[in-house]
Amino acid sequence: MNELLLTVCDLAIGYPHGAQQIRPVLNGVHLQIRRGDRIGIVGESGCGKSTLAQALLGFVRDNGVRMRGSVNYGSEELFGLAPDRLQAIRGADIAFVPQNAGQSLAPHRTVSDQIAEVLTIHRGMTGHVAVQRINALLTQMRFANPTQIASRYPHQLSGGQQQRIALAIALAGEPKLLVLDEPTTGLDVTTQAQLLALIHELSRDTQLATVLVSHDLAVIAQSCQRVLVMYAGSVVEDGEVSHIFRQPSHPYTRGLLAAIPDITQARLPVPLPGQLRHMVDSTQCVFLDRCQFAQPDCAVAPPLIQLTPQQAVRCHHWQTVTQQVDRKYDTTLLPPVAAASAQAPVLQLTALSATYARPTWQWWRPTKTIPVVQQVDLHVQAGQTCALVGESGSGKSTVARVIAGLHPPLHGDITVDGMRLHADVAQRSAPQRQQVQLIFQNPDGSLNPRHTVAEILYRPQAVFFGRTRAQALPHSRDMLQKMRLDDQYLERLPRQLSGGEKQRVAIARAFLADPTVIVCDEIVSALDVSVQAAVLQVLVDMQRIHGTALLFISHDLAVVRAIAQTVAVLFAGQICEHGPAESVMTTPHHPYTIMLLSAVLSVAKPMHSMAASTADPVQAVPAGGCPFRHRCAIAIAQRCADQIPPVQQLANGHQVRCHHPPAVLHAYRQDILHLDM
Amino acid sequence: MSLRTHIGNIRLPWAVWLGGGLLIVHLIMALFAAYVAPYSPTAIDTAHIMEPPSPSHWFGTDRYGRDIFSRVVYGGQVALLISLVSAAISVLVGGFLGVTTAYIGGVFDDTVMRIIDAMIAIPGVLLLLVIVTGLGSGTAVIVLAMVLSYLPGVVRVIRATALEYVPREFMLAARVRGEHVWHIVWVELWPNVLDVLFVEFAMRASWIVLSVSGLSFLGFGVNPPIPDWGLMVSENRAMLVTAPWGALFPMLAVSTLVVALNVVSDEIAKLLGVDRGARI
Amino acid sequence: MMWDIVRRVLTICVTLFVVAAIIFAATEVLPGDVATAILGREAAPKRLAAIRQQLQLDRPASERYWQWLGGFVQGDWGQSLARPDQAIRPLVLERLRNTFWLSLLATCIGVPLAIILGVLAGLRRNQWLDSLVSVISLIGMSLPEFVIGSLLMLVFGVMLAILPAVTIVQADAPLTKLLPSMILPTLTLVIVMVAYILRMIRSSVIDIMQSEYVQMAYLKGVPQRLIIWRYIVPTALLPTINAVGLTVAWLIGGVVVVETVFNFPGIGRLMTSAVSDRDLPLVQALGLIGAFIYIMINVVADVATLWLTPRLRTQFWRPNEET
Repeated sequence: MNELLLTVCDLAIGYPHGAQQIRPVLNGVHLQIRRGDRIGIVGESGCGKSTLAQALLGFVRDNGVRMRGSVNYGSEELFGLAPDRLQAIRGADIAFVPQNAGQSLAPHRTVSDQIAEVLTIHRGMTGHVAVQRINALLTQMRFANPTQIASRYPHQLSGGQQQRIALAIALAGEPKLLVLDEPTTGLDVTTQAQLLALIHELSRDTQLATVLVSHDLAVIAQSCQRVLVMYAGSVVEDGEVSHIFRQPSHPYTRGLLAAIPDITQARLPVPLPGQLRHMVDSTQCVFLDRCQFAQPDCAVAPPLIQLTPQQAVRCHHWQTVTQQVDRKYDTTLLPPVAAASAQAPVLQLTALSATYARPTWQWWRPTKTIPVVQQVDLHVQAGQTCALVGESGSGKSTVARVIAGLHPPLHGDITVDGMRLHADVAQRSAPQRQQVQLIFQNPDGSLNPRHTVAEILYRPQAVFFGRTRAQALPHSRDMLQKMRLDDQYLERLPRQLSGGEKQRVAIARAFLADPTVIVCDEIVSALDVSVQAAVLQVLVDMQRIHGTALLFISHDLAVVRAIAQTVAVLFAGQICEHGPAESVMTTPHHPYTIMLLSAVLSVAKPMHSMAASTADPVQAVPAGGCPFRHRCAIAIAQRCADQIPPVQQLANGHQVRCHHPPAVLHAYRQDILHLDM
Repeated sequence: MSLRTHIGNIRLPWAVWLGGGLLIVHLIMALFAAYVAPYSPTAIDTAHIMEPPSPSHWFGTDRYGRDIFSRVVYGGQVALLISLVSAAISVLVGGFLGVTTAYIGGVFDDTVMRIIDAMIAIPGVLLLLVIVTGLGSGTAVIVLAMVLSYLPGVVRVIRATALEYVPREFMLAARVRGEHVWHIVWVELWPNVLDVLFVEFAMRASWIVLSVSGLSFLGFGVNPPIPDWGLMVSENRAMLVTAPWGALFPMLAVSTLVVALNVVSDEIAKLLGVDRGARI
Repeated sequence: MMWDIVRRVLTICVTLFVVAAIIFAATEVLPGDVATAILGREAAPKRLAAIRQQLQLDRPASERYWQWLGGFVQGDWGQSLARPDQAIRPLVLERLRNTFWLSLLATCIGVPLAIILGVLAGLRRNQWLDSLVSVISLIGMSLPEFVIGSLLMLVFGVMLAILPAVTIVQADAPLTKLLPSMILPTLTLVIVMVAYILRMIRSSVIDIMQSEYVQMAYLKGVPQRLIIWRYIVPTALLPTINAVGLTVAWLIGGVVVVETVFNFPGIGRLMTSAVSDRDLPLVQALGLIGAFIYIMINVVADVATLWLTPRLRTQFWRPNEET
């Protein structure tokens, strides 16, 4: 056994709720961390995982209160330490990588200042020695030009770069334990894969113990040995990753695993019923009200039962749960099979291009424009889902805005049901506006905070069908029911709804217009996995009933796999690969699609060697030729720079825009993905 | 970070009670001035000149023998009436301009905001004095002057608030639905600025009380026989040593009213979660 | 960079132009006969005629506006109506000198004091010092300047009799003679100014203390003392620069009442007597000068913020190798 670093014993932390009450967010957590351990903490938002992560450094946010328990580092109890001693341990022995590096790096200090500070305080390095060490750290973080990066301010860096700087700061103190709080959340898949590989190398090479907090089971599965599953402030399951993910013994773990869409399977994820209640009664099982295995004896909180040396679970009925697991897993909901492609598409985009104007004060000169969407051809058929996939900045949201008539395109046509739509929504006729509906990413922004659900659902009916409030009410009720929300919701304001409920109301509003096409712009990205599954299910159900076509814009390939019949991959405003979902996901041809798929993590399969992982993903997109050539491992020096790649037709309407012949792309895919196709 | 600091967290509740109580007292006195005040505020009584406070004249009398208490009570009526009316007009007109400029934008926004900038650039009392020079004195002029000097601030604040909402998705959704401009502005946007507007009203009211009394103190406020706190202070200031009651009581009145309004508007802001921030 | 300066200067010019139009409109274009407004209803027709002649009221307002503004820009600020044979410019500049020193003194004392108190109150949130400071700031914000001034005058000028209660020195007296008379007015201005700035700094400090990067500084083991000096204070003061600028600019208005209370010979006192005398050209000149100073102070505050905020500064000098 390795040296014991940190012991958490019966830790409970609470935050004030109302005037006198303290509401616990962490309740009786035990944890031992040894040198070289790779521990994951997983759970949905509000489960107390970030509070636990910070508590490992003896830190409690704002007005939080430690109610009982201890965190011991060596012989010292962190919560009882003098502030000076505590600050000496933080950063030097235990380091922290924050969730949101963009907000956590001080905006008024350069990168080198912020790293040097740790070096000076904890390692006594100054001057030349410090500069050299900073360079070494930045090089280790895979920065091509460390001196240049060191002189930058945080806002001059991309999200992935900021996160690597935060990691460099944490490593500068040469800690024995590194706590990472959602280090990859908000990053693109390719950047995430890079960062995780980096962390993995560190713990392997230096015996550094890591605690990785994440909501993403796949991230934990890829980078940890042991995992703690948290729910409502309690650890509900604890053990080896290999055991827990293969044979979950707690109903919550099981539900969570079923709720994540998996890139390897074209099935709809199974939602977890109910929603997280903030724990009030700690005498009963925390998961009681959402549990399908609940029995009368669950009114008494179960202890953490050690099943095997590798697995412990907090459930009275773990045996029943374990036995049922295998059967439950096979319940796959397959999305509707692709209809005959001969049918005329209901939404057709032809040679669509759009630009953004860069603001300039030199009004006498022509405005500089940045192309964001270039020559996009796309069609969606009735009752089908077409997914538009791409990283942040690929122009996918602009496509949504153009279709909605909010952003006039430079050129190109939008046709719905054979009817050409005007570029500006103000110029479209009422029937045209009715046919295309839009659902937004941000559930908080899409509903007017001052309108009740009834009012929100009434408006489209008033505008498109001229209904009065009284006439609209039965329709609204009916629609809410389909959304699995009862009548009480009609009188609620958006702030009284959870994120998933808001998004379901937004979906209801879109369907109440009885549209032909709905454009869904990242509609599940802001939601927790269990909620995401419920929203996806409602969406697919509604689509089946109404025969609506969906243009589903997303960065999440696993979600896309679950619900789409066709997929278009967007890079730098151009569609680089387009075809049936099955074909694109299993036999990707474009190097970019291959790279994206190689970076997607899954609970079920091991991580691939990342394609083209050396290139910094935030390079400017080059003009002319193939826009992907700077990140492409198999780019042809002259041709890819000079010539726009041709669109090649493969089988089943699968298209790829690349200079390489299919055979070369096929070999490259084999190389990277090792798929047996 | 212990339990104790948290419970000791409830800040100055007595100040809130005091502020609310003071405001209610002021409002009652102003509303029922005719019943509260024992004398007419303008009745001259040469037999009782500059008398110190006594049971018959609670706050004493001034050099014309007028009852200071009655004048303070009626002065409150004047101060509250002017400030509430001016604040209401500023907030309504300012709110309208703020919301419309924010949504419509373009040349309309630019033009209105240039004028607003210019009005803000003439600092406080100076703008009041310029208006008074042009229009003379009187209650209506004071209301107009107050509106003109506080309206620009309201426009800026409301416009900034509205601008936070304009790019939100529900506004886009309304456009995509094809709603009429007035629906978007009044039904979608306007309800979202109401909280801020209400806080603005409470804040501006307290500042207007200050400005009105300042203007009257300078001699450019309401016309003399009308009782006004600022005017009373400037009339009786020369006798601050020999007969301090003449100036001290109106000073006390104006200070308590503004303290009350400030505490109450702070509390409203906290309750509605509006950041009072740096407003001038 | 170049273009931003040009844009800024243009904006200032446009604003000043509109300011001048507002002042001119408020004083001369509004309904009613200007000459009667100046002299009153019972004025002799002959004097009315003379005023009309002097102000050239027979000419259209727009023409008079251009002439007035043109003259103003070239340094011809006109003649006072109430003080015969008195050119406005030397009069205003002399009083401006006095007000300048008064405001400078108030700023030099008030701003640092407000920063110190605001930072301390923010750091010791909800403790006795914070409560005390909050009460002081509430009182400073709520008492009218004439109340604070009068009370100070009563206590220090009359009861203790250690400072001159009112100014009896001439307007053109040298600064050293003027200084004793400046103490009480300065104190009054400082009290009001501190009340406002303090509030903003306190709330800014509280915001910053809850920011993720201050939390991060704790988690990376920076000693508390350094967190305050390196993280909290610099970033908390930045957003208040503009507010401080606004408050300092407020002084220009605030001095009117304070100078009247203490009979201090500055532009504020000049303004009130000009308004009483209905001395239109003088009121116009003072209004425009006030606006000019206000705008300039705000520009300085803007530029300071720009210079001290890395995000804004680097936006300005956009490096070529930007990624």
